[in-house]
Amino acid sequence: MRRVGVFICHCGTNIAATVDCQKVAEAAKSFPGVVFSMDYKYMCSDPGQAVIKEAIKTHNLNRVVVASCTPRMHEPTFRKTLAGAGMNPYLFEMTNLREQCSWVHSDKEKATEKAIDLVKMSVAKVQKNRELFPDYIPINKKALVIGGGIAGMQAALDIADAGYKVTLVEREPTIGGKMPMLDKTFPTMDCSACISTPKMVDVAQHPNIELMSFSEVQEVNGFIGNFDVKIKKKAKYVDYSKCTGCGLCETKCPKKVPNEYDLGMGVRPSIYKPFAQAVPSKPIIDAKNCRKLVNGKCGVCAKVCPTGAVNYEDRDEIISDTFGAIVMATGYDLFKWEGAYGEYGYGKFPDVITGLQFERMVNASGPTGGKIIRPSDGEEPKTVAFIKCVGSRDPLKGKITCSRACCMYTAKHAHQVLDKISESKAYVFYMDVRTVGKGYEEFYENTLHDKAVYVRGRVSKIYQEGKKLILKAEDTLSCKAIQVKADLVVLATAMVPSAGSRELAQIVGFLPDLNGWYQEAHPKLRPVETPTGGVFLAGTCQGPKDIPDSVAQAGAAAAKVMGLFSNEQLETNPMTAKVNETICSGCGTCAPLCPYKAIQLIDVQERVHGKFVERKVAHVNNGLCQGCGACTVACRPGAIDLQGYQNDQILEEVDALWAW
Amino acid sequence: MGVVENNWEPKILAFCCNWCSYSGADLAGLNRMQYPENIRILRVPCSARVNPQYVLRAFMRGADGVLVAGCHPGDCHYSTGNYYTRRRFLLMQLFLEYNGVDPQRFQARWISGAEAGKFKTTVTKLCEEIKASGPNRKLRDAK
Ligand SMILES: Cc1cc2nc3c(=O)[nH]c(=O)nc-3n(C[C@H](O)[C@H](O)[C@H](O)COP(=O)(O)OP(=O)(O)OC[C@H]3O[C@@H](n4cnc5c(N)ncnc54)[C@H](O)[C@@H]3O)c2cc1C
Repeated sequence: MRRVGVFICHCGTNIAATVDCQKVAEAAKSFPGVVFSMDYKYMCSDPGQAVIKEAIKTHNLNRVVVASCTPRMHEPTFRKTLAGAGMNPYLFEMTNLREQCSWVHSDKEKATEKAIDLVKMSVAKVQKNRELFPDYIPINKKALVIGGGIAGMQAALDIADAGYKVTLVEREPTIGGKMPMLDKTFPTMDCSACISTPKMVDVAQHPNIELMSFSEVQEVNGFIGNFDVKIKKKAKYVDYSKCTGCGLCETKCPKKVPNEYDLGMGVRPSIYKPFAQAVPSKPIIDAKNCRKLVNGKCGVCAKVCPTGAVNYEDRDEIISDTFGAIVMATGYDLFKWEGAYGEYGYGKFPDVITGLQFERMVNASGPTGGKIIRPSDGEEPKTVAFIKCVGSRDPLKGKITCSRACCMYTAKHAHQVLDKISESKAYVFYMDVRTVGKGYEEFYENTLHDKAVYVRGRVSKIYQEGKKLILKAEDTLSCKAIQVKADLVVLATAMVPSAGSRELAQIVGFLPDLNGWYQEAHPKLRPVETPTGGVFLAGTCQGPKDIPDSVAQAGAAAAKVMGLFSNEQLETNPMTAKVNETICSGCGTCAPLCPYKAIQLIDVQERVHGKFVERKVAHVNNGLCQGCGACTVACRPGAIDLQGYQNDQILEEVDALWAW
Repeated sequence: MGVVENNWEPKILAFCCNWCSYSGADLAGLNRMQYPENIRILRVPCSARVNPQYVLRAFMRGADGVLVAGCHPGDCHYSTGNYYTRRRFLLMQLFLEYNGVDPQRFQARWISGAEAGKFKTTVTKLCEEIKASGPNRKLRDAK
């Protein structure tokens, strides 16, 4: 027997001024199942709640409807009231009489009529409410950070400083990402390595951080609080417990190959650290190029190693661990312009380089020792042309997105050319100049004062004439075709999601956005969370940004992790999807619809004619399900229902409006 | 179409998603925006929770119009729910038309939690349109 109690709130005069609350309470008495109904000045006040508790006892209520303000305001309050009276808090419905009735209407008669209808709907629904119970899941207070650029390092340090364990997984032999590759950073022009390498050392030395370099995440199962993760430690061929990082092996290795860290502008040995201040400060063997590993001949490094750390038999190793939260910080790559921009020579002119190559060149520890040169002949260029938006804001050849850092780093590069090379000229071809950060506009103004020539227009063609590169463009401000003879051309290539980031998102269990960047749960209100509980975002993996923004976002992601870890256990929302296994046909239509990967097909055994048979049915993981209900509508046999918003509840509401 | 009773007022059911449209409606209230009383809001977690069956049931019971309102495409709280809604809505309109119901009686709209004004104008306009079309008699249960 349903015994429904209905409580109509006046909210002072907020509701009572336009809705005849007494009349509504009176009308409710005739609704099916209602055994008690009353109106009261402030239902949410302490005495108001006491009235509800009292009525639950005296009238033996087993369902409660409160008609007052929006449930987005006081639903939790009244659920607690029910719990306080010993009832299951989900045997409750709330009618929105204030925001969606009294405040938006003025005709008292019509508003009252509508209020009666709204209460009717709630009474109808509450009849079908079932007791619901949250699950409690323990939280494993250890965080996994994927990607060791400035964003990943910052997030790891912040979480570790709060006293929680962190594992930082970086796929390259060193952490640091792009930042230590840069020379100086806008807008302050402080030395990039000087501010990033100490952070790298902090990460390596932090007692709460386990650094796993040259490693990749292979598999993620589970959910918020309890992610089971498999990490592949790629073979380094150097035993880090023995290696002291003395570097002798590197100097003796006979096989030199182009250095990735310098973007092919210098060489490195086959046993190598990417750069002098790499962290960990120990080498790996590049198995593709090592003579010993390729054809068995050589072995010099093992011979010279004073501690016997070189191990040619090393193999990849899979490590399993459990984490409570995951921070994605996989950064960005640069757009491969060579395949797309024929007008800039498809990469066949050696003196057309990228912004990052320029950074390595002006960097004192880079391949040229800080000298800006033409890669073709090593001469100092006098005229340098910069082209912005190569692959950015160009949906035809590249990406529709703005890469956000290029306007600023190109202003920086132009300034560096004018500063370092006497009597030099710098031309900057641009679409717009976007200087949104603090101190950025001033920085750009300074570059203009340095006499950099800004030309608004895209370069339509580059060709070689003798030693010069000729750039043809239109100055769209004066509407004139112009031509610039340059010695060096620097392209500001677009930021794109880092290689493999889509696959990694799939492994972790969320979807990237249309452009491949990691999608935040809400663009304004949940900018560092993914839609998947317990997975957070830091840095450029979420979208192009500069270092200050990457660091700020990393701190925010760390704060979210700390907030999560400050709880012992997590109460799950019981309003999740539930499968009726008897009806489920195991077709699997629901599984790919779920944005949270919460549905899996599992095997169940059942007895049919005395024999055990196995069949597949859908199973919802309560830790992952967020209760959207998308699966329920797609279910052909109607086997999945959403608890708290069940089909029979909603249909009852609809029926009540017309059939009661 | 039969004779419309003198002071007939349509009754319109609006399924609003909790995160955008329902809170947009709440904001309209906070701002004391006025709109017709004909609308009855039914809260669902996501517009993708709206089973076409509910829409059909509403028309069968006598709803004069049905609105499904969700977050803007791309802004869904559950990331992709409203894309399903969009497709289901188009199919449902065809289905209603096939059954002789004016498909304009069934509408889907994207209203964010900030768009109180859009909520008000949407329901006001819908009420006017439904009023002009008269009561729904097509699918109504025989009584
Ligand atoms: C030419 C140039 C100049 C710039 N100059 C400036 C400047 O002066 N000032 C400024 O503020 N910004 C500048 N920027 C922007 C700056 O580089 C970025 O904002 C910053 O480096 C972003 O840091 P991040 O940690 O997000 O990404 P990244 O630095 O890209 O780091 C990502 C890390 O994740 C690792 N990783 C990727 N995938 C995986 C995986 N699957 N598993 C494990 N690890 C993975 C990568 O190896 C890398 O170490 C410049 C950018 C360019 C291109």
